Amino acid sequence: MSYLSLGLALGFVGLAAIVSRYQELGLEKDLAIGVIRAFIQLTIVGYILSYVFASHNQIFIVLMISLMIGVAAHNAAKRGKGVPQAQSIVLIGIAFSEGITLLLLLALRIIPATAQYIIPLSGMIVGNSMIAAGVTMNRLTSEFKLRRGEVELALSLGAPPKKAALPVIQSAVKAGMIPTVDSMKTVGLVQLPGMMTGQILAGADPIQAVRYQIMVMFMISGASALTSLIVVLLGYTRYFTPHAQLVVHDS
Amino acid sequence: MNDSIKLNVENISLILQERGRFLTLLDHVSLKIRQGRIHALLGPSGSGKSTLLYTLNRLRQISEGEIYLDNTETRSLNILDLRRRVGLVMQKAIFFSGTVSDNILYGPRIQDKELPDPFHYLELVGLNPDFTNRDPNTLSGGQQQRVSIARALANDPEVLLLDEPTSALDAQASEHLEEVVMQLCQECQLTVVWVTHDLHQARRVAQDVTLLYRGQMLEQGEAADFFAQPITVEGRAYLDGRLGGVE
Repeated sequence: MSYLSLGLALGFVGLAAIVSRYQELGLEKDLAIGVIRAFIQLTIVGYILSYVFASHNQIFIVLMISLMIGVAAHNAAKRGKGVPQAQSIVLIGIAFSEGITLLLLLALRIIPATAQYIIPLSGMIVGNSMIAAGVTMNRLTSEFKLRRGEVELALSLGAPPKKAALPVIQSAVKAGMIPTVDSMKTVGLVQLPGMMTGQILAGADPIQAVRYQIMVMFMISGASALTSLIVVLLGYTRYFTPHAQLVVHDS
Repeated sequence: MNDSIKLNVENISLILQERGRFLTLLDHVSLKIRQGRIHALLGPSGSGKSTLLYTLNRLRQISEGEIYLDNTETRSLNILDLRRRVGLVMQKAIFFSGTVSDNILYGPRIQDKELPDPFHYLELVGLNPDFTNRDPNTLSGGQQQRVSIARALANDPEVLLLDEPTSALDAQASEHLEEVVMQLCQECQLTVVWVTHDLHQARRVAQDVTLLYRGQMLEQGEAADFFAQPITVEGRAYLDGRLGGVE
């Protein structure tokens, strides 16, 4: 794609700016900042990726993945406001599922151990795990508030916290997995996923692109499920004191 | 009359920190609950009755003081065992998914013991055995509260805590439930702590009473004495309906 074509694509943003102006939405400034930031951030990432791909140094791969996990955990932890150690919980959840998923992909030789494969796929795993962790954390808080009576009733009958929190745990894990499961159901019918679209645009055989996309969807569903489960299992304990008393945190 | 002390509450306080402020919900409360009797916790709303009740099975953590069950400090007991020994019936009947029988057997199932017959507990609360396979949410308010009591009884508790169990029931259902509890108390030597704001109900059911006001214990003693001649000015005001709540 030439720089001229890229420049012409700015016209679409111009269209959005006209709509904003016409409807008095006041978004023109934000749009301009967005365009500049997207341009700068993606260009820098492009240069970093070309450097990392060319350097064949594994340290860079580790650094990039760590950065992704750190930013994702910070973002997802905002959904668990008020929960003690929310940041550590989502960090462990995202890091663990990224590690396991990547390890399986490499050990089963589904992908080669090169930066070109590891970094973009890690981005997808971490991005989707971030969404799963955020939704799970959010649901965990709201379900504990909603089902407070039921949980305390179970505790009063001698149930240990894990048993008492079971309906909350199930609901939160389910909530974390729903976005992935729903997108698996409609993929190809409603939208062509970004990765597949990119490959086709870059001239790859659509059948080959589809195979990668299926692998990515399976990988993402596994990673999301694992993240939700870890976040819930670490998170629910924060709602109980060591004396099996329920504490519902203010958010 | 059995005068042995089942629950001995000694100088307990419960202080919560909420949005940077300290709230004293219970302020150095002491009381003695006698074995095999019905003890009513009275007081206007916001006086700490339910909070006190929830400290007895340690669903709420006390900030200071001690609570003894049969002369053993409750913090030294296994918390899950304590809650089986000190059962609770909440103000609003809440049910787990499943049938009446599933709900009654919830406690015993946790313990991996041989399951008791749910009919027995339905019988104890005066419900027809046909109810076992019913969805508890389809029952009347009074029947639901009786299933709640049966569920608590299935753990074979020594003490039953009742948190205003009749507040949503009509007069007839309330009196029926009162009869069930009084009978249980007599036949099973069950000790009952009953939170109520209904003075008529307290007169009908309680042998002992404690009056709480703003988190403090104002009076306690035999119900007959309290209703005939309260010791404190606040006690008199409460009986006359002149002691306002804090909420």
